[in-house]
Amino acid sequence: MSILSRLRRPGAPVDPLVAALQEVLDPQRVRNDGAERSLTSHDASVFAGGVSGPICFPTTTAEVQAITRVAVEHGCAIVPRGAGTGLAGGAIPLGAPIVVSTGKMNRILQVDTENGVAWVQPGVINLDLSRHLRPKGFHFAPDPSSQQVCTLGGNVANNSGGPHCLAYGVTDAHVLAIEVVLPNGEIVMLGGLDPEPAGYDLRGAFVGSEGTLGIATRIAVRLTKNPPAVRTLLLSFAKTRDAAQTVSAIIAAGIVPAALEVMDQRMTIAVENYVAAGYPTDAAAVLLAEVEGLPAGVEIDAGRIGDIGRANNATGVRQAASDEERALLWKGRKTAFGAVAQVAPDYYLHDTVVPRAALADMLEKIYEICERHDIMVMNVFHAGDGNLHPLLVFDARVEGTLERVHAAGAEIVRASLDAGGVLSGEHGIGVEKQGFMGEMFSDVDLDHQNRLRQAFDPTCRSNPGKILPMGHSCADIQALRAVPTGVWG
Amino acid sequence: MSSLTSSDEALHAFAADVGDTDPIAVEGGGTRWQTGGVLHESARLVSAPTGIVDYRPEEMVVTVRAGTRVAELHTVLIEANQRSALPERGGTVGGAVAVGENRLDLQGRGSVRDAVLQVRYVSAEGDVVTGGGPVVKNVSGFNVPKLMVGSLGTLGLIAEVVLRTNPSPTASQWLRAADVDPVAARAAVLGPSSVLWDGSSTWVLLEGHEQDLEDEIAALSSIGEFVETDGPPDLPPYRWSLPPADAAAFHRETSGDFVAAIGVGIVHADTAQPRREVDPGITVVAERMKTLFDPKGRLNPGRSPKT
Repeated sequence: MSILSRLRRPGAPVDPLVAALQEVLDPQRVRNDGAERSLTSHDASVFAGGVSGPICFPTTTAEVQAITRVAVEHGCAIVPRGAGTGLAGGAIPLGAPIVVSTGKMNRILQVDTENGVAWVQPGVINLDLSRHLRPKGFHFAPDPSSQQVCTLGGNVANNSGGPHCLAYGVTDAHVLAIEVVLPNGEIVMLGGLDPEPAGYDLRGAFVGSEGTLGIATRIAVRLTKNPPAVRTLLLSFAKTRDAAQTVSAIIAAGIVPAALEVMDQRMTIAVENYVAAGYPTDAAAVLLAEVEGLPAGVEIDAGRIGDIGRANNATGVRQAASDEERALLWKGRKTAFGAVAQVAPDYYLHDTVVPRAALADMLEKIYEICERHDIMVMNVFHAGDGNLHPLLVFDARVEGTLERVHAAGAEIVRASLDAGGVLSGEHGIGVEKQGFMGEMFSDVDLDHQNRLRQAFDPTCRSNPGKILPMGHSCADIQALRAVPTGVWG
Repeated sequence: MSSLTSSDEALHAFAADVGDTDPIAVEGGGTRWQTGGVLHESARLVSAPTGIVDYRPEEMVVTVRAGTRVAELHTVLIEANQRSALPERGGTVGGAVAVGENRLDLQGRGSVRDAVLQVRYVSAEGDVVTGGGPVVKNVSGFNVPKLMVGSLGTLGLIAEVVLRTNPSPTASQWLRAADVDPVAARAAVLGPSSVLWDGSSTWVLLEGHEQDLEDEIAALSSIGEFVETDGPPDLPPYRWSLPPADAAAFHRETSGDFVAAIGVGIVHADTAQPRREVDPGITVVAERMKTLFDPKGRLNPGRSPKT
C-alpha cells in the first residue's frame, strides 16, 4: 500500500479492494467517497438504482489492465464510463462494481493521413477530435447531439449516431481498430488498419456492446474529408405528415442527404425561445435538410429537395444564405434537449427506429399515446433514417407522473416494433430496453447474442446486468437485484 | 416457433435440411471455394434458399435469400436505380456475405460489412436465428450480423440477409493515366469510388453528377494525362489486405504484377499474402466464439477465416 493512502485515513479500516487499486494506481486517482460514488451511480437517463464501487481514473492501457486484474483477483465486476451522457442506463453501475472512468485518457495520439486514421484515447471528446481535424481537411463523421461532451469511448460503446450519419453511417463504419483490455485483463487489438483484417470481425462485435465486452483503451477512427460544398435547407409544413412524406420522397428520389432532421411545433417553439435560431414557430413541423459534396451535385440535390418539399405541401422553403445562418440552424437543432428545460424540469428521450414509410403514422400514434397518458411530447428526430426521438417532458415531483411516462414509453416502443422497426437506433439497450429485447428477438436469437458476449467475457465481469434480459447469463447476478423494482419501466 | 422468427417456409425447409448432426457446408457459386482452407470431405453440401423476398427502394433495403445470385439481385436493384456493396463475380448473396470481400469500387458503394443490416442463419443446432434488424439504423442488442460477415459459414449458415442499398450515380467514368502519383490523384478529387495502381498506370473511377465529374476530370488533368477507359485493369489472382500506406508502397515489396487499391489497402498480386499473425489473445476469443456457436465443429469443417 502506498504511503499516501495510509496517511489519508489513519487508523481507518481500508477497503481491501480500494487498497489493492491504490497499489496499482496513484492513490489520488482511486476515489471512494460517497459523494463521488453517488455521481457515478447514474448517467443522463431517468434510471436510478445504480450503486458505484470505487472509481478509478487511469491514464494508460497498462493501468486499465492493472485495474482489471484487481477486479479479477477480487471477483469484482468492472464498468467503463465516459462522460455519462448515455440515455439508456448503459453506464449505470449495478452491484457496486469498480467504475473505470476514461476522463483522464483524453489525448489525441496521432493523426495518420497516409492511412486515413486518427488514433485516440477513449476519453477524447467527440467535438474536440473534429475541431482538431478540421484545419487538416478532415472530420469525424458521427456527431451525436451530445458531441460537445460525449467521449469517443462512449461512442464506440454505444455505436453512436447523430444527424450526419444518414449519409456517412454510424460509429461502427468509422472505427478501424480498437485496443481493448478484455475482462480477463488481457490486451488485444481488434480489427486493423487494413480493410479486411483476418479472422472474425471482433471489432464489429465490440462496437455497440455497451461496455460488456471489455474496455477500449486506444481507438483508430476513420478520417472523413471535409466536403467542399454544403447546402442547408429549412422546409416548413402545416402538417407533420407532409414533413414525414417529404423525407420518404427525398430518399425515394435517389438523394441521400448528409442529414434530414425533423422538429415538431412544440420543439421548434422551445428551441426558438432558447436560442432564436430562426425557425418558424407557426409551422406544425420543420425539416432541416443538408446536402454535402461536390458543388454541382449539391446545387442540383438542394434544388430537388426544395421541389419535393413543395410537391408535398411545404409552406416555406429557405436555403441558409451564409455559414452563420447554417451554424445557427444547427445550433438550434443540437440544443433542442437543453431547450426543453424551460418547458418542464424532467424529460425522457426515447429512441426507436421505424421504416421511413411508417414515420407519418408513427408520429400520429406517438401523439395519441402521450395524450392518452396525459404526458406532453415533443418530437425532434433523425427522419432520414427513420430514427424517432420522442421527448416526453414532465415534472417527476408530481406523484404518479413517472409511472405514466414509463407506460407511454413502453407503448411507443411496442408500436415501433409493430411498425416493422427496432428498439433503438443509437442510444442502445442498457437497462432501459432490456425488458423489451424478448419482444424483438426470440429466445434462440438472444441465446446467440449471449454466446457472442460469453466469447469475450465468460465470467460476466464487464458491465453485468445490461442488454440481455433477465433469464440470460450476465443478467442474473444476485447482487444486481438490489435495484428498486419498477424503475426500469 | 414464436412470431419473432421468420415465417418464411423456405428458411425453415433449409433449416430442416441442415439438421443438427452431421458435418455440413453450403455450396454457393463456388467462386471463393478455397478461401479459408479446404473443406473437409465429410461435409454434406446443401444449397441455401433463393429469391428476393422484399425490396423497398424508398427504404434503401432489400431482403434476399442467401442462395440468390448477386447478379440477379443487382438486375432487380438497377430497375429502381439502386445497387449494393456486394461483389459480382458469379456467386451468391450468401457466399458474398460469408466471404466478406469488398468490391474494387468499395469507396463508392461502401463495404459488405456495413451493408448487412440483418442476417438470418441456421445454427449448428438447426435453428433459424436472427441477428440485427431490417432498418438502416439499429443498435438493438449485440451485433451478430457483423460477426457473420466474413465468417465463412463457420458460426452459422446464412439463409437470408437484409441489405442496405444505395442509389446509382447519374454519371460514372473510369480514367487512366501513366506516370502519375496515385496518392496525389486520389487527393486531387473528393471522393473517387476507386483509385488503382499497377506500379506504372493509375486508374480512377469517378461517380456522381455529370458537372462534378467534368470538374473532377479537369482537376485530375492538372496532374497527369488522364484518358477515358472502359474499366479497371485485369487483376492478378491473389488478394492482400494491407494498411493503405503499405499498399501504396507495394511496388517496393514485389517484382511481380500487382494492382493496389489506393486509399483502401487491398492489393491484387500474383503471389499469396503471407499468413497474417493473429494476436494470441484474439485467437482465444475467436476459438471460444467458434466453440459456443458450433460446439461439435460441424459447420464448414476445415475452414477458418483466420487465413
